[in-house]
Order: sequence, then C-alpha cells, then structure tokens
Amino acid sequence: MYIIIVGGGRLGYNLLKALLNEGHEVLLLEKDPRICKTITDEMGSVCYRGDGCEAATLAEVGTGRADMLVAVTGDDEDNLVACQVAKHKHNVPRTISRIRNPQNAELFKILGVDVTVSTTDLILEAIEREVPTHPLTHLLKIDEKNLAIVDVKIFPESTSVGKTVKELSLPKESQLALIIPAEGNPYVPNASTAFKANDQIIAVTTLETEEALKTALKGM
Amino acid sequence: MKVLIMGCGRVGARLASLLDEDGHEVTVLDNDVYSFRRLPSTFGGSALFGNGIDEEALKKAGIEEADIFVALTQGDNRNVMSCQMAKHIFNVPRVMCRIYDPLREEMYAALGLETISPTKIFAQLLREKLEAEE
Repeated sequence: MYIIIVGGGRLGYNLLKALLNEGHEVLLLEKDPRICKTITDEMGSVCYRGDGCEAATLAEVGTGRADMLVAVTGDDEDNLVACQVAKHKHNVPRTISRIRNPQNAELFKILGVDVTVSTTDLILEAIEREVPTHPLTHLLKIDEKNLAIVDVKIFPESTSVGKTVKELSLPKESQLALIIPAEGNPYVPNASTAFKANDQIIAVTTLETEEALKTALKGM
Repeated sequence: MKVLIMGCGRVGARLASLLDEDGHEVTVLDNDVYSFRRLPSTFGGSALFGNGIDEEALKKAGIEEADIFVALTQGDNRNVMSCQMAKHIFNVPRVMCRIYDPLREEMYAALGLETISPTKIFAQLLREKLEAEE
C-alpha cells in the first residue's frame, strides 16, 4: 500500500516507523525543514518537505495513486483540509484524521473524512480506566455499526449483586458477552447467571443505550 | 441582517464597520482581543472573544440566528473549516470564505462554498492596471 502521512510530530514520526516496518510504501509530508532533515537522516528518503494541505504538494508526491492518507498534525483544521484535498482533488479512497477536539468527529464525518481518531478521548478513557470508582469504560468503539464494547464493574455496594441477568432490566440493544470474576476464570453469562461483587462485565452496546446499561448494572 | 464575521484583522474590522454603518446587526469574533482595537469607536455591533472553529464559541456568537457568516482569519484552513461548520452544521443561509491559496479556493468553490481568493483578485487587478498604462 502507498500511504501518505501529513505532519511529522511525535505521532507522525512513530506512525511512519510502524508503517515502514509493516512493509508499506510510506511518505511523510512536513513543513518544517529541520524535522524533515532529522527524519531523512534517520530513515532515508521517506520525508518530503511541503504543506500537506496544498493540492500542488499533494500532486508532487503522487497522491493520485495513494491508497490512504493519514493527517496527524496538531491542528484539526489542517487535518481536515489535507483529507478533503486528498479525497476531492486526488480521489484517495481512504482518509484518516487525528482530531484534538472530540466535537469535530461528527463534522469531519459529514465532510467526507472516512475515519477520525480523537486523541483527547483516547487519553481521557485510558485515564478513566485507571480510576477505581469509574463504573464503565470503553474498550472499543465500532463507529460504522454505532456500537461500543465496554467494561462495567460491579461494585460491592451495588444492588445488582446477587441478582440474575433476567432480573435486571437490561436494554435489549445491549448484550453481555463475558463475566470476569474477581477470582477464577472468565465465563459467558446466561439468563440465570447471578452477579457477584467485583465482577467485571464485558458487554456490547449501542452508544445510545450505554447509560441505561450502566444504570441497570449498577442498580439503584 | 445579522452578520457574523470571524477574524478582526484589517479586512474583518473594516467590513464590520461598513456593514454596521449600513444598519446591519454585526458581530465580530476573534481569538485575540487585541485585534478589536481596529474597530472604530463608533462601531455599534458586538466584538466577541472566541475560537471560530469551536461549535460552542460559534453558538455564543449567535451563529444559529445569523443570516450571513464571513470567515476572514489569516489561516485558509481555519476559514474553510469554520465555513463548512456554518454551512453544514448551523445551516447559515449565506457563507463567504476567504482562501488565499488559489488552488484550494477552486476546490472548495467546486464543493459548493462561496469563496474569494484575494491572491487571484489582486494579481488580476495589478495586471489590468499595469497593462492599461502601457
């Protein structure tokens, strides 16, 4: 695959390395000549100095035959324009944009960016996961299907302790996939499985019913 | 008419005061309050501090009621992004976008934005002036 990366910051640099290691043809676009030199000195001619938002620059590096463009600069507006120029001017089939403001996810989708990755959300979730009193964390979001795989903790004081799956009014859009007990092996729950304190529940849910699932498992 | 202008540089400030004189309800948004010094003391509209590519800031500036949105910051990409927000999220009836880079300007015009490239217009103007005096 021929992949173009826009932005040579820490993210772009590490992405370049990872994709080269996977054997792809990768080119990184970076405006700053010093950053370009550092990358070229280390990895050879895989960095091109230029503005990845400019149609002319993208034409120079043969964007027309690129399979994918990934925009990872620190500015959402630059990432948006790089993806739009790639898509509309050079017909790149897949564009991926980093976003800093999570609110921009929807806008970027409307405007034709195929995938957005919110670095802010990712960091927030990683930290929340480590907060012991946080009942629900996202493990994976499947945007195309509007689904999320979540991890819900059953606290000892929760009223759902001792109740069975069918006794709780779980939203029908949510499925409990796995229970990881505090001790012992994980198992797949059925309707008559009872919850125990400190169980960890892996569930698949739509984004809309996530709150309802959390409330049902937490109990009143 | 209600006009929201993003960017209070020379052009933004001048446009704001002209439209204000014509009796329109003008709001200027800029992420640097120092730029509001360019507005004349007679300016009767509002000047608001805020980031024009942030939905919340745009809402606070009254974009939901605006008839016209004009993006005049220094950054082409900021202008393009805010105009697309105005058009596609807030459904502002008329959206005008300044884009210096002629190539980007052509592309966004093709995508349905109302765009102006000062680079193209000014170069054209200079050529006409120079060639007329030959």
